[in-house]
Amino acid sequence: MNTLVFLKQVPDTETRIQIRDGAVDTSSVKWVPNPYDEFAIEEALRIRERVGSGKVTVLSLGPDRVKDAIKYGLSLGADEGVWIKGDGVALDDPLAVGTVLAAAARKAGFDLILTGKQGVDHDGAQVGVIVAEFLDLPHVSVVVNLEVDAAARKGRAKREVEGGLEVFEFELPAVITAQKGLNEPRYASLKGIMAVKKKVIPEWTPADLGVDPGSVAPEAAAIRFLDVSLPPPRSTGTILDGEPREAARELVRLLREEAKAL
Amino acid sequence: MIAIVAETKERGLRKISFEMLAEARRIASLAGGVPVAAIVLGPVAPGEAERLPAHGADTVVHVEGPALESYAPEAYAEGVRLAVEKLRPSVLLFGATAHGKDLAPRAAARLRVGLASDCVGFEWTEGALIARRPIFAGKAFARVAWGQARPQAASVRPNTFAPLPADPARKAPIERIALGDVKIRARAVGFEQSEGEMADLTEANIIVSGGRAMQGPENFEILRRLCKVLGATLGASRAAVDAGWIDHSHQVGQTGKVVNPTLYIAVGISGAIQHMAGMSSAKTIVAINKDKDAPIFKIASYGIVGDLYQIVPALTEEFEKLLKE
Repeated sequence: MNTLVFLKQVPDTETRIQIRDGAVDTSSVKWVPNPYDEFAIEEALRIRERVGSGKVTVLSLGPDRVKDAIKYGLSLGADEGVWIKGDGVALDDPLAVGTVLAAAARKAGFDLILTGKQGVDHDGAQVGVIVAEFLDLPHVSVVVNLEVDAAARKGRAKREVEGGLEVFEFELPAVITAQKGLNEPRYASLKGIMAVKKKVIPEWTPADLGVDPGSVAPEAAAIRFLDVSLPPPRSTGTILDGEPREAARELVRLLREEAKAL
Repeated sequence: MIAIVAETKERGLRKISFEMLAEARRIASLAGGVPVAAIVLGPVAPGEAERLPAHGADTVVHVEGPALESYAPEAYAEGVRLAVEKLRPSVLLFGATAHGKDLAPRAAARLRVGLASDCVGFEWTEGALIARRPIFAGKAFARVAWGQARPQAASVRPNTFAPLPADPARKAPIERIALGDVKIRARAVGFEQSEGEMADLTEANIIVSGGRAMQGPENFEILRRLCKVLGATLGASRAAVDAGWIDHSHQVGQTGKVVNPTLYIAVGISGAIQHMAGMSSAKTIVAINKDKDAPIFKIASYGIVGDLYQIVPALTEEFEKLLKE
């Protein structure tokens, strides 16, 4: 049972977004592994531990810095990590990213692909599903519970929908996208961190994977950002003090008469 | 032509379908008065498809077949492809619901077209669509343009556009397309309802959320009581979820739900950046916190500085009184 995990590097969620020249200014951003991808790695490791064989490979597409995310995945216990060089790839275009990752998956070989339900940067929630389509695989997205029967080549997943959980049955190989709640990700062990130093991280380019670089270049992007702006600031509101009952009464009056929120 | 992919639940149309139709009509008139089409996938109750013309569709395509009996992404994506082949729309809208967010990327990838997710606004410039969508859970907004391929696909955030009033006199032909055999290797086989009758966070009009100051799972009871009185949905901060006091499905913020209710009441939530990203588009925000310097007060429309264990029960009582009037 070999599992691939697509890992994206994103700005830490505590980042205050700043704009420069109509784009997000990333110059002082702290980059972290995408939180939803952490659930994907954890699930892959647990499946390997349960099945007792196979390997977990983390793949990340992007600039040089994404090697830190790959090393993080290795420190948690992934067997291999691959850096797919993002030079010349329209990284804001999910179709381009999906094209490159699908080709990388084909080269790596797999029984299962896991990734986060979305990156917490652009919140597109597309890439995992696009890869499934490009590889002609079934997918289940936003999964909070996963059972994989490696021998029978099938699985069962629960995905979060409005008002409850939708239960899915699927065949392997498949693409699963992880939602918070799927598991409780582990921390890297000292041994894991030390082991990373010995690992060699192969570097692949889209061309190595048989992808026509022109087809995934920014000029060919299916969608692109024209500009990015901050939301208008909220005006400061009314602070009510005084005795709790008084404050509560006043709040209800304001909500009804001023805000018309009731 | 502007097309929407209608969404159904238990054989009835969901509200997002009508929200999309209203916005599709507006885009259609910006585009010079092109027609609006609705695509329906799978079985619906008698009379349901007819509600689409009444809410703005000029034409309805209903894709039917045994493969669409329950939700299966591969079959539904193929249904979309068939309908698009027939209609050749320049714009294709999906709901940014759990269902639509699953289907849209699959269908768009099959059509080899770009998809803008979770859009909250559209413009029409030089013969093409431009979308506005939140990124970083709403910390910023991006304007998105498409390449040359058509349709321009987008998913539309629920509760963003108001449906048009139904006009039963508006009728339209309903064209049926049969979906043949489709390879299906993943399919919905069941549904597990979550606790209570609360609306989903993403669809809620009123949300009451608890944070670190709730101190433990048992104290969420006072928030549940307030929710019950207001018909509100219970939310939580990451701190409360990570402490194990409440299920992650209640989490609001960058690694939880992004919400846009009319009223958001934040109780004992200091206002971490990642939390505020997920709720700052609420129309009215109320913050209750004992720390007057808590960041949440900077975005709150109304704030009460004090002990939540006194304020929340008092507030619940006041709301009860109001509702009795």
